[in-house]
Amino acid sequence: MFATAPVISAKNVWKLFGPSPESYLKSMPTSRSFDEIRADGYIAGVKEVSIEVDRGEMLVIMGLSGSGKSTLVRCFSRLHDITGGTIEVDGQNIMSLSERDLIELRRNKMGMVFQSFGLLPHRTVLDNVAFPLEMRGQDRHDRRERALEVVKLVGLEGREEYFPRELSGGQQQRVGIARSLAIEPDIWFLDEPFSALDPLIRREMQDEFLRLQEMLGKTIVFITHDFDEALRLADRIAIMRNGAVEQCDTPDQIVMNPATEYVAKFTENIDKARVVHAKGLAKPVNGHALEGAPINGGSTIHELARILINDSRILLPVANDKGVVTGVLERDAALNVLLGAE
Amino acid sequence: MATLSTELPESSDRPWGRTRVLTVLLIAAFALILAKAFGVLPEWLNRIPEAAIPPTAQVMDAIFSFIQNDLGLIYVTRFIAEGPLEFLLDTSANLLEGKRRWPHLGPIPWSAIAAVAAVVGYAVGGWRLAALGAGTFIWTAAIGQWKMAMQTMSVIVVAAPLAFLLGLTLGIAAWKYGWFERMLKPILSVLQTLPFFTYLLPAVIFFKVGPTAGAVATITFAIPPMILMTTLGLKKVSPEVIEAGKMSGCTHWQMLRHVYVPAARTEILVGVNQVIMLCLAMVVLTAFIGMPGLGAKLLAMMGSFKLGRSFEIGVTIVLLAVMLDRMSKAWVVKQPVHFERGTPWWIRHQISLIALGLFVGFTLLSQVFPILAEVGRKQHLSQGKEIDVVIKSFLAIDAIKGPTEWLRWFLNVKVLIPFRNTLLAIPTPAFILLVVSFAYWVGGRKPGIYAAIFFTIVAFSGWWDRSVITLYTVISAVALATLIGIPLGVVAARSARWSKSILLACDTAQTFPSFIYLIPAIMLFGVNDVAVVFSILIFAAVPLIRYTIIGLSTVPPEMTEAADMSGSTRQQKLMSVQFPLALPTMAVGFNQAIMFSFFMVIIAAFIGTQDLGQELQRTLAGTELGKNFVLGLNVSLMALTFDMAISSWAEKRKKQLGLD
Repeated sequence: MFATAPVISAKNVWKLFGPSPESYLKSMPTSRSFDEIRADGYIAGVKEVSIEVDRGEMLVIMGLSGSGKSTLVRCFSRLHDITGGTIEVDGQNIMSLSERDLIELRRNKMGMVFQSFGLLPHRTVLDNVAFPLEMRGQDRHDRRERALEVVKLVGLEGREEYFPRELSGGQQQRVGIARSLAIEPDIWFLDEPFSALDPLIRREMQDEFLRLQEMLGKTIVFITHDFDEALRLADRIAIMRNGAVEQCDTPDQIVMNPATEYVAKFTENIDKARVVHAKGLAKPVNGHALEGAPINGGSTIHELARILINDSRILLPVANDKGVVTGVLERDAALNVLLGAE
Repeated sequence: MATLSTELPESSDRPWGRTRVLTVLLIAAFALILAKAFGVLPEWLNRIPEAAIPPTAQVMDAIFSFIQNDLGLIYVTRFIAEGPLEFLLDTSANLLEGKRRWPHLGPIPWSAIAAVAAVVGYAVGGWRLAALGAGTFIWTAAIGQWKMAMQTMSVIVVAAPLAFLLGLTLGIAAWKYGWFERMLKPILSVLQTLPFFTYLLPAVIFFKVGPTAGAVATITFAIPPMILMTTLGLKKVSPEVIEAGKMSGCTHWQMLRHVYVPAARTEILVGVNQVIMLCLAMVVLTAFIGMPGLGAKLLAMMGSFKLGRSFEIGVTIVLLAVMLDRMSKAWVVKQPVHFERGTPWWIRHQISLIALGLFVGFTLLSQVFPILAEVGRKQHLSQGKEIDVVIKSFLAIDAIKGPTEWLRWFLNVKVLIPFRNTLLAIPTPAFILLVVSFAYWVGGRKPGIYAAIFFTIVAFSGWWDRSVITLYTVISAVALATLIGIPLGVVAARSARWSKSILLACDTAQTFPSFIYLIPAIMLFGVNDVAVVFSILIFAAVPLIRYTIIGLSTVPPEMTEAADMSGSTRQQKLMSVQFPLALPTMAVGFNQAIMFSFFMVIIAAFIGTQDLGQELQRTLAGTELGKNFVLGLNVSLMALTFDMAISSWAEKRKKQLGLD
């Protein structure tokens, strides 16, 4: 089974923009910095990135504008041809795919949502959603049925015949989401899907998105420039800067142990207690004598605040959702996180 | 950032500074002129001797005849002309004017066409356009010009879709292949400045006289803007829409068909609008190669000085132009509107059904009431003679006659003729140097070099004097148009209401086929040089006024506010803030005015000029394709010289000012 093999596996991926990137990359001395490459007349969109995305995982790629996050996701779907390295999707090197195979891959396995929606202005909601199905030649009735189903899923029932310009931004993005889900993709790319929306709508759409993900359990690569959004959604976060990945880890680890100064700057003003989970802070049991009721490892420290303050144990057993004790939490350390004292 | 300074630093890092080059050029020119004045200039420096002029026309004739006969192109073109194209034209002619050809159904009753036009107008733009659509056709029928109008329309309905398809295909190709675009661009700019006579003769020679040649000339004339708009639209499609298409698994063809072309809909439809308008303008002009229709009738009426009828035909042409323009523009901005789910089909297709119903209804009714099918000879409401009398007595009023007579005398004797003689007296090399210094002063080095090349070619074409006369007419008309147009624009730009209505008037005037502008000129001044200049003047004033208003009213408000808060008077604000900022836009108008003038001056050959246009018109009678081309290229090269200089100035200036 694939269960353990990663869905997307990128190794030493480079994407350079410039006059003749391939030959430049070959002749380029190793460990050249972003600025040095720029001085040579090239832009390193993606710079030596190795990353894996596991099945059913939600990887959030976080970075400021120009950090290369959108370029990286476009390399995964081969909207951009990479300059160096390899990208495998389900064990297949996508750079070796023929035009036909690439189209087949996109028609059957990949869905993508865009920041400014990328809806076709001349098609109704239903026709937009059915577009990928139409492209792969599904017959009219099938695709209509499926499109109606997805439109309902994203909560746009009753607006099937509207044109994009007749909808609000949030509704337009729901159409974008529905379209990307119509073909039942295995891999779902979302490129800053909520950045163009108002803060209130954004929050609502995030909830909606989490609901969908819980139902569908797709493999997701989600791009954002909003660190809070990343923390809220991610299984793992990859923080990018100047085309390179600074750190790729769980939100707990990123907040507790930022790998670089750059990452640390992001985490500075974050209320860690709301991010860090008990299981993230817990240490292995290793023969500690544990007593009393265990706490839920999936809860954040903030959620456990009352227990932590009222409890008198030094060490608290941490259990997973099945009730099995998996680790041990030092109450003091947890209180430090809660109080913001390092 | 709103910075008030409009003074820009001159770049003077080049060893040969601008001023120095200009001084040298001008000194050389004046030396030549002075030499001539003192009679010491050798004749070969005054005009290029006959012997030195290469036989370009003959060489071209030889080349054309080789392509035409030896390579057998004529068989291909004649095949197209006599095959598919003629078939289409015959079909449309049968349906619209009742020519005895397949499918032998026509002519369609005018009332049915008027009814459908009303429904179409309503569908794209509501009641006003419905009234315009119906009104135009009712007027045409009632005034007794139905058949002529339909002769014209039958060519348009064939030429416009063909020009659209060809333009779209070429536009897509130009967008897809960089080399093709690079190749096409210079050809297009020559095509857009080539006088229309140059389209006509090859069409006649390769595609036989009559509607086919007319249609071919019309199609060729209408294609360039369609190509440009298509390429522009495709380039503007948002990258995310393209990526969405790719991620949906589109093949190349699916991308084009379902993503690119629909997403570029607006620009493509603007192209359609331009195709229709150019088709109309050109079809009217095909009268010069004997195409029947409104143009031919207008030509005949003006030739015999029947002003009343000319006026009526003019109104018909204007109405058709305005109707076609408004309807196609309304179609551009019309966005699809959804129907609720479960709407029955007869409501979804309500408009088409009503149109069909009315069409059938009026067709049947016209069987009973023949007047609904055709307005007969004795039944129409034409008041040609009466209008003639009115115009003539109006012109005979002393208050009108005095000024026009005086103006005619003054312009002719005091301005135009002296100016023309001066230009003709300048030695050829001095003239070229003057033009080059103008191009260099305005546009910089590249336009200067092109000016030198282009005008040298003109000098060696053997038609120098006629070229100078053409240029003289253009310069006089544009100068007068500037004197009138810019103050008018400035005054209009002061109030928003005025700008709006004058802009609307200009936009409408720009849709008129250029031929129309001859009517008032002939009415007021008769057949002479002044009428020529006057017709060009009003034609050229339109873009000048238009762009002056646009330029002044698009000056960023924070800049005018800053001027107000600095305590400038209206005069100061205009001179030191609004004008400098509006100038690049106004230059675009000025450029258009010059281009329009070059176009109009050729048409004015009809009134009787002594320039290239006159010679061009003469070539139409024969088969002198080579001469026709040489003359046409002369006009094109002169126009391109000014076009390059002025647009390069406008662009540079816009960039410097940080506009756009």
